[in-house]
Amino acid sequence: MSASEHSLPDASGVEECAAQWLERRSCEDWSEANDVELETWLAQSPAHAVAFMRLEAAWNRTTRLAALQQPMRHPLKPAPQTSRVPVLKIAAAVLVTAAVSIGGSLLALHQENQTFATTIGGREALALGDGSKIELNTDTVLRMARGSGQRKVWLDRGEAYFDIKHDATHPFVVMVGKHRITDLGTKFIVRQEGDRVEVKLLEGSARIDANDGAPAHTAVLKPGDVAVATEDAMSIAKKPVKLLVSELGWRRGVLTFDHTTLADAVAEFNRYNRRKVVIADPSVAKLEIGGTFPADDVTLFGRAAKTALGLHVEDHGGNVVISQ
Amino acid sequence: MIETPDNGREDSARKVRASMTVSEARAWFVAEVLPLESVLMQYIQRNWRNQSEIADIRQEVYVRVYEAAQREIPEHAKPFVLTTARNLLINRVRREQVVPIEAVADLESLGAAAEEPPPDRVIMAREELRRLQLALDHLPPRSREAVVMKQIEGLSRRDIATRMGVGEETVKRHLTNGMRALADFLYGEPTDLRRKP
Repeated sequence: MSASEHSLPDASGVEECAAQWLERRSCEDWSEANDVELETWLAQSPAHAVAFMRLEAAWNRTTRLAALQQPMRHPLKPAPQTSRVPVLKIAAAVLVTAAVSIGGSLLALHQENQTFATTIGGREALALGDGSKIELNTDTVLRMARGSGQRKVWLDRGEAYFDIKHDATHPFVVMVGKHRITDLGTKFIVRQEGDRVEVKLLEGSARIDANDGAPAHTAVLKPGDVAVATEDAMSIAKKPVKLLVSELGWRRGVLTFDHTTLADAVAEFNRYNRRKVVIADPSVAKLEIGGTFPADDVTLFGRAAKTALGLHVEDHGGNVVISQ
Repeated sequence: MIETPDNGREDSARKVRASMTVSEARAWFVAEVLPLESVLMQYIQRNWRNQSEIADIRQEVYVRVYEAAQREIPEHAKPFVLTTARNLLINRVRREQVVPIEAVADLESLGAAAEEPPPDRVIMAREELRRLQLALDHLPPRSREAVVMKQIEGLSRRDIATRMGVGEETVKRHLTNGMRALADFLYGEPTDLRRKP
């Protein structure tokens, strides 16, 4: 344990070093050799690691502000070599744009449906006024009905985790594809992929119906139930709730595999990343892999396939290609 | 899967799992521990007189929490972080005999709500943007200027230097100061101070 009982670390000095690393890393001339240096520094002491993670996490959050700037970027952007004065104006304009956009979306709250979307690798947590929570996974689109006390969302694409405060007089309804899920006090996950709808129930219960009202397409789900519905069929399987919970690692940004085939693990990874993992050799697809991986680290996953399964892993134009 | 030649595969998978705990500990620390910083800071400030040591104590709490997480991820982050802080303060009190020991005892008042999700964990996108905006507003003007050009406009350090009419070293200082102030604001400030009506 590096933590000494007798003296405190110099937090400020460590933090300054961490900030310098973070700043250097954002520069264009940052190389792989620098990566190694940084990893070495991080491994030297947990004090280095925690200081760096903290600054990095806060710094990454600020990139979200960039999205706000897009609409006004072109009209405002001057030629590159201008004097200082216009730049100050730009900075101010950016801040104003941000404020306006925020105000605008607050306004939209009281109007019609609201749409929430995540990009590939993105995640978004929504807290509803009634205490319910919805978390959107990668590449997901969800619309929410507003006003008149109705609680209704449409999952147009992707996957979301629902933790719903039950209210018998105002049931919470998820519309997905040709199906409707009505909560009866519950935590559940819904995923849509093409015309396939998957509902996993963790707590409480929920009902799933087909919009056509056919009784054969209705079921009440209990904890551990995994319902898979397509346009004309529905099946329900039972899984240990613990397993379903472990599949929720994406809420923390990690993917957990346990005796998962490489093919399934790769498919899961590719949901979260623009850089894709490709299995070039069908003979390795059925090998199994286990472990917990950061969902956004394709390189690390490739390295694990290499070391754990002894496979050949190559970088091809940004994609990670795995073969025998 | 027995027919495959690699009999040691299961062992290998286990090894991978062990080596992954570092990344998992990192992911957990960022997602679960950092959002508790304002609660942690309140706790330390209330229980420690020497304000100049607050940042060092926070850092030491983080180090211990992170080291523990590398061995095993604690199930509940909030009670774990606060208990770690309390133990650290108690040890220092015993050794230094400066602060009356009862001052450290009110952990329960903060820990009582341990089961609730920390307020910062579930944030609507709008709220997050508003908070980021406030964090930017709180930066010193020159730092803010550099941060906006870097993070929002995506300019390089050299371009920022040209635009600001200063050297690259100065830009670097504005950026690193900005990074540190942003982290303090985004994680350390109590939530209600950040809210505007």
